[in-house]
Amino acid sequence: MGYPANYRYTKEHEWVDAKDGVATIGITDYAQSELGDVVFVELPEAGKKLETGKSFGTVESVKAVSEIYAPVSGEVLEANPALHNKPETINSDPHGAAWMVRVKLANPAELEKLMDSAAYEAYVAAKGKEASA
Amino acid sequence: MRYLPKSPPERQEMLAAIGAKSIEELFETIPEKYRLREALKLPGPFSEAEVIDYFKQRAGENSLGYTSFLGAGVYQHLRSVITDTILLRGEFLTSYTPYQAEITQGTLQAIFEFQTLMCQLTGQEVANASMYDGSTATTEAVLMAERLTARSRVLVARSLHPEYREVLQTFAKNSGLYVEEIGYTKNGTVDAAAIKSALKDDVAAVVVQSPNFFGVLETLPGIADAAHGVGALLVVAIAEGVSLGAVKPPAEADIVAMEAQSFGLPSSYGGPFAGVIASRDKFVRQMPGRLAGETTDTEGKRGFVLTLATREQHIRREKATSNICTNQALCALAATVHLTLLGKEGLREMAEQNLAKAQFALGELQKIPGVKRAFDGPFFNEFTLEFPRSVRIINGELLKEKIAGPLALGTAYPELTKHGLVCVTETTPRAEIERFATALRGILDK
Amino acid sequence: MAEKIKKATRHTNQNEGLIFEKSSPGKRAFELPPLDVPKVDVAKTLGAQHRRDGVEGFPEVSEIEVIRHFTRLSTWNYAIDLGMYPLGSCTMKYNPRVNEFVARLDGIATEHPYQSQELSQGCLKILQLLEKCLLEITGMDCITLQPAAGAQGELTGLLLIRAYLEKQGNARKKVLIPDSAHGTNPATAVIAGYEVQNIKSESHGQIDVDKLRDLVTEDVAALMITNPSTLGIFEERIPEIAEILHARGALLYMDGANMNALTGVMRPGDTGVDVMHLNLHKTFSTPHGGGGPGAGPVAMKKILEPFRPVPILVEREGGKLALEQVRPDSIGKVRAFGGNFGVLVRALAYILAYGPGVRQATEDAVLNANYIRKHLEGVYDLPYSLPSMHEVVFSDAKQKRNGVNTMDIAKRLIDYGFHPYTTAFPLIVPGALMIEPTESESKEECDLFIDAMKSIAEEAAATPELVKTAPHTTRVKRLDEVGAARKPVLRWKAVSRSKAAD
Repeated sequence: MGYPANYRYTKEHEWVDAKDGVATIGITDYAQSELGDVVFVELPEAGKKLETGKSFGTVESVKAVSEIYAPVSGEVLEANPALHNKPETINSDPHGAAWMVRVKLANPAELEKLMDSAAYEAYVAAKGKEASA
Repeated sequence: MRYLPKSPPERQEMLAAIGAKSIEELFETIPEKYRLREALKLPGPFSEAEVIDYFKQRAGENSLGYTSFLGAGVYQHLRSVITDTILLRGEFLTSYTPYQAEITQGTLQAIFEFQTLMCQLTGQEVANASMYDGSTATTEAVLMAERLTARSRVLVARSLHPEYREVLQTFAKNSGLYVEEIGYTKNGTVDAAAIKSALKDDVAAVVVQSPNFFGVLETLPGIADAAHGVGALLVVAIAEGVSLGAVKPPAEADIVAMEAQSFGLPSSYGGPFAGVIASRDKFVRQMPGRLAGETTDTEGKRGFVLTLATREQHIRREKATSNICTNQALCALAATVHLTLLGKEGLREMAEQNLAKAQFALGELQKIPGVKRAFDGPFFNEFTLEFPRSVRIINGELLKEKIAGPLALGTAYPELTKHGLVCVTETTPRAEIERFATALRGILDK
Repeated sequence: MAEKIKKATRHTNQNEGLIFEKSSPGKRAFELPPLDVPKVDVAKTLGAQHRRDGVEGFPEVSEIEVIRHFTRLSTWNYAIDLGMYPLGSCTMKYNPRVNEFVARLDGIATEHPYQSQELSQGCLKILQLLEKCLLEITGMDCITLQPAAGAQGELTGLLLIRAYLEKQGNARKKVLIPDSAHGTNPATAVIAGYEVQNIKSESHGQIDVDKLRDLVTEDVAALMITNPSTLGIFEERIPEIAEILHARGALLYMDGANMNALTGVMRPGDTGVDVMHLNLHKTFSTPHGGGGPGAGPVAMKKILEPFRPVPILVEREGGKLALEQVRPDSIGKVRAFGGNFGVLVRALAYILAYGPGVRQATEDAVLNANYIRKHLEGVYDLPYSLPSMHEVVFSDAKQKRNGVNTMDIAKRLIDYGFHPYTTAFPLIVPGALMIEPTESESKEECDLFIDAMKSIAEEAAATPELVKTAPHTTRVKRLDEVGAARKPVLRWKAVSRSKAAD
């Protein structure tokens, strides 16, 4: 699975798809493969304010729980209702159907600090080498 | 030594295989000055017969031959010998926590059955595989309510068991919880009006016990509505589980914290017991302790596993819902076997016998001049009496008659200095109730 | 394959449903003696609003069905009575049966915690003797027997530390915990109201003393140490560690889970430990029973004495024992009543059986672990060279090359007739295999275990799929844990008539 060219990425393996002042956020294919089969997702309600770098939810597999960190700041417009009943979507379609929250961007300039798809792919490839070393 | 399966030659063989000349070599990482040169000063070694003899002697220095009217959170009930028959099977007794599900299906299915029985008893949707006891279950229920509501004020009835309240205080101090106590009325129930005026939208939970410490049944619907009205949760503690054989379960409660000792566990001077948390499905992810869940194996066969483990300490570490590691599995198994033996009709009959015996005892005791019932709410198998004299002195006299009398309430409730809590169960023979009444009459006549 | 697996063969394991599935109205398993007082009308006595007409869905079965049901379930379990549990840091030793006998004696099992102290001298003597023995074993000054389990003991220990520091004026903010620690340690620290600061172990899983020196500030309340460490290695520098902490006014807490390496050989109190807990269900042979009950007494130095949970056991004049309920500086109670008395009885019975010779158990435990280590060195990767005490930790690095990991090896071990060792812990060794045989294993059982582990290593090299899809001989195969967590089914429910008719 590739990493969509128009998304931006964080070191904590979140992706951001920004359009017209609204950001859609999820976790990457790398993140879901590290976690294993996802069993549960905890997401914030609409209206919650996100702060860059702070945790806003969790993703659970059988053996591990991971925090999800806000890549940008803003107000949550909507959390993906489908993930509650079908958390496994995160494993099958992490970059599309498994979007987690839509956020009204407080400061669009924050997007510049994130990696583009090429940088993220290189970052993940380096991690892969580390793991098997 | 009979617990050590090695002969001296075998030890030598093994040392040789390791390449060590003596066992001391294997302890060389301990700095010399800390290695003990002499044996510890401990009693023994005792043969099996001597171990038994030691404890038989201690048993003879306790309350054998006395009739007890004590309850207050620990109850004497009939126990079938079958419970121990099952508990003493090595495959249950000496088995480990069922983390390797394929070879612990016995334990896991039994836990699943326990969880089911607890739901049926309490009228709740989900129950865990047990906590240490009723007092810690109540505390954990409050902490659970704190997490669910993100609030930190708790209203606690004074008619909740004093030790349960003490344990809650110990934990509340360190978790930023503010615990406020609400008094009781002259019927012995919690002051519902006081609860209502204390309720604000900063309250996480209202905690009541039913039957409460005085033995009286609480009326829950009004309290539940009031709590829910401000978004607080109702936690109901149950210390005498047998009451659920005749008393409606607290379906209005959001979380039930129950002590399971009454279900086949001996009183054992205070433990080990088993606490239970039962609640609604929607709260399950905030529920502490182990949970057994049904699933299938790769061939579609039904099986059971510990599940939702990510709430627990071994995965979440500092973010765990609790630090609890154990569940009281063997105690929960005892309760499961016991309740399965009793069954629907057996538990109903046991509950009804408790009711009948307690009513009879109250009747007999109230005939004694100067003795009156302190509270007039409905009760199950415990009631509070007011005496004309100090309960401690009365109990001192009752001891001479080989009777362990009512629990004096004055220490925990300084306003109730002449009050005693009397418990009667299906195990108290009528003749003993009558003897108690006669002895008490004699003492008060003097 | 069949010839190599000496210990286990396929066992007859019947299928057995849930007890509720056998239920039928009218069956009874237990009868009560007849009521000897007048019957009462439940609704009249309690009031109609309180009345319940029996528990909906409760099973109705006969005595024979109960016996068969639970007996059949029990045959699905592995147990110490059947063979070794090489689980690291669990100390799965023999549970002496005489302990069960004495705990059930009339006059021991039947006592009520609120009965008068005159009627409880036997119970109090048991508690007093156990206190004395555990203090002798640990080298500490005083003890509380109240905590119900190890984790509760840890919490009690930290609350004692907090109370002590608070009395001095500052409870402080942080607790240092090594990354090799058991999960209960950080979870407990948070509940005690402290922030957790992780301290990375050095390459041998020991506390990095230089790092510690930097980290111990006036904000640090305590360090929680496990000794031997969870790698089974003795923390040689523990006296230095204690000094560093004490110099800054902090305390040293020791997790006593690994006392099986130390009992009778050395005493933690001698090395500067201020407070520690013991796991009676580990070191002191009380049964695990499928997951509890346990007991976690906490032994401490004099400085912490005033803060002990109430009640406190005291000896009055004439040798009479009593429980004092009031102590002004006590942290309070961590559970109702005095403690898991039934478990305490079993632990004392164990100690009395051994007496001063309890050192022999420790020596045999360490001997067994080293014997196994010697035979499996080279077969499995040993990521350090320091000597082991009562447990040894390997890694799956060699087997990983063929895609076989510690979990797979553990599952294959089941086919050989053993319970798995501890997998994937401690976290500082990736792919860990943590093995603790205890003193209860004979040379024969150790040899069978070694043979099994060697055989599995060979299989991992030659036929890895066999290992990766293990176990093959159990009644149920690998269970779907993901499904269980996604759609939890946590209780049986009766199928309603209308649903069944669909």
